[in-house]
Amino acid sequence: MAARIIRKIVPAGRAGAAQYSTGVRKVTLIPGHGIGPEITVAVQKIFEAAKVPIEWDEVDVTAVRGPDGKFGIPQKAIDSVNANKIGLKGPLMTPVGKGYRSLNLALRKEFDLYANVRPCKSLEGIKTLYDNVDVVTIRENTEGEYSGIEHEIVDGVVQSIKLITEEASKRVAEFAFQFAQDNKRKKVTAVHKANIMRMSDGLFLRCCRDLATKYPGVTFEERYLDTVCLNMVQDPSKFDVLVMPNLYGDIMSDMCSGLIGGLGLTPSGNIGKNGALFESVHGTAPDIAGKDMANPTALLLSAIMMLRHLQLNDHADMIQNACYQTLREGKSLTGDLGGTGKCSEYTNAIISKLN
Amino acid sequence: MAVRLLSKIRLVPELRGATYSSSAAPAQLSDFDAQHKTPVIRKQKLIPVAQYGGRHAVTMLPGGGIGPEVMGYVRDIFKYIGAPVDFEVVDIDPTVDNDEDVQYAITTIKRNGVGLKGNIETKSEAAYVTSRNVALRNELDMYAYVLNCKSFPGIPTRHKDIDVVIIRQNTEGEYAMLEHESVYGVIESMKVVTATNSERVCRFAFEFAKRNGRKKVTTVHKANIMKLSDGLFLETSRRIARDEYPEIEHNDMIIDNCCMQLVAKPHQFDVMLMTNLYGSIVSNVVCGLLGGAGLLSGRNYGDHYAVFEPGTRNTGTAIAGKNIANPIAMINASVDMLEHLGHHYHADLIRRAVAKTINVDRVLTPDVGGTASSTDVVTNIMENMGNMARENDDAAVVFGKSFIPYC
Repeated sequence: MAARIIRKIVPAGRAGAAQYSTGVRKVTLIPGHGIGPEITVAVQKIFEAAKVPIEWDEVDVTAVRGPDGKFGIPQKAIDSVNANKIGLKGPLMTPVGKGYRSLNLALRKEFDLYANVRPCKSLEGIKTLYDNVDVVTIRENTEGEYSGIEHEIVDGVVQSIKLITEEASKRVAEFAFQFAQDNKRKKVTAVHKANIMRMSDGLFLRCCRDLATKYPGVTFEERYLDTVCLNMVQDPSKFDVLVMPNLYGDIMSDMCSGLIGGLGLTPSGNIGKNGALFESVHGTAPDIAGKDMANPTALLLSAIMMLRHLQLNDHADMIQNACYQTLREGKSLTGDLGGTGKCSEYTNAIISKLN
Repeated sequence: MAVRLLSKIRLVPELRGATYSSSAAPAQLSDFDAQHKTPVIRKQKLIPVAQYGGRHAVTMLPGGGIGPEVMGYVRDIFKYIGAPVDFEVVDIDPTVDNDEDVQYAITTIKRNGVGLKGNIETKSEAAYVTSRNVALRNELDMYAYVLNCKSFPGIPTRHKDIDVVIIRQNTEGEYAMLEHESVYGVIESMKVVTATNSERVCRFAFEFAKRNGRKKVTTVHKANIMKLSDGLFLETSRRIARDEYPEIEHNDMIIDNCCMQLVAKPHQFDVMLMTNLYGSIVSNVVCGLLGGAGLLSGRNYGDHYAVFEPGTRNTGTAIAGKNIANPIAMINASVDMLEHLGHHYHADLIRRAVAKTINVDRVLTPDVGGTASSTDVVTNIMENMGNMARENDDAAVVFGKSFIPYC
């Protein structure tokens, strides 16, 4: 009974999160394939130098044949993420061919990650044709056009179903407004095509509108997808936070990352009901794997997003400043950014700027 | 006088032989059966194509927003140079729910064979009312949409010298408008991809590339996720590339990667081929890269009909009536229409005048960085046309009169 009273007085910490008494968080680490292992090592080194209170729990998600004959994520990985609730993932390669479900999609479904957040901010030192881009794309991650429900009704006629549910739309809209509020963003734009897909995008739009009334501090507007595309390539400063269903989100987030310099510089986070998974969205680059030529910036920026999610903002700011400074200096940049430095040189440059 | 009599005899339709728009007319099906039992067949009715005295009759659908005003400018320009085109204007009332206006418009386009259209508003947000633009395209079975994107040197943009042609499947795909609510809060929207339509548009794209001296066709898709639907489209394009057009280079790209490449390196693309929704996205991205929605024009092609419209299908309601709308898109659409009808002299004249206005005189509306009003732009174009025609000392163009002896 005394135990129960003490438990009520002393808060138990975030439910289910594995925490040691020293305050160190355990985070699942998925190195991935190709350049994955190198860049995760780079991030680990930087975090160690910055004395971030995180313990890495490395797992391998290479598909194994389950009891039903289909390839899926090994149970050990699933258990690890369920226990830790936070994960950092490198690039994964999906083998081409029937029978292998996309591993990325499988992870998303398994951990019920419903919102994908991709902040696209212009980096000083990386010159693109677009300056001062600061857009965050929030994309519904579970349904929409990617529900994978397709069939050939008669010979030569294929039907693919786009599924929109009220529950999923409400979830992602709520997350978008909450994100905007927490990060002091001024405007949320819902991107849709409700003039053509009246019922489905209409439902999505209605959910967004309903939630907008609950967040009066954030401006809400709705725009057609084609208008957003048109305006985004002319003047990206018109947009702040974008929220949209799966397909449009996929395309828009990739387009926005193209504006700031490509997938090698864009962080990405997937938020779920019981946890979050942060990842680098570029490919595995098998041609430069193992040669110390990889660019760890994307994974590093995603890891910084993870730190903010864990509310370790001081460490996040410190590492972010070091990273931006290194990019601005432009001395030890890797090959894809136009420099000649090695991955280890770049990592050391960032570590040297941590103070 | 003898010349005039002779020219009149030559142009009498009966002597030419009236042409009928030939299309398959299947057995009489009720609308329910047509939709549910034969989803691919469209009912086509035979209507003779109109041709009077060498002048063509063209349906004009002003649409909403800036449509009526820019259509007015097109009419002024045509009257100024005496282009042998008569417009049959059909206004579609956006507030009315029934389909009569749209059906009448469709009938006139079937009769005339060619249309010039603005973007038609569909005010009703009810689920059972189909978008009027979509209904028009589907009824007339205009399966291919061609958007010719060429940079204008006179417009300041981040990317220079872009020359891309976007060919987009126009009738099915995500715009099938087949949606239903299975239970409350769960909605399904069908994306339909058929082998016949994919084949038609793919063949159109390759034939277009071949006839216009284009070297490469890129198919844009998302077949890694939508394996059956986009997979079918991709396989069809690959098969046609391999079997029928081996001299044209063909590759494919996933839509998100394509958008990223377009904002960074658009010069790698030549002809792009894709389904309906991706076409909308890519055409808007490219129009944005080129300077905005007010410049390019798109062509809807079917087997029997062609309709020309501004490239990005915007109504522009926010700028309607303020005299700042960019009339170039609609003027380019009218030039495409004249080319299609074979009036090459007038088409060329307007095109050269527009090019001079944009690149040399730099009279531009605010959306592309200028300060002129729409009427200023149109006046400048007409001035240029006048000067150019006088330079050629052309007796064929009689200003102010509307009849030209056309051979």
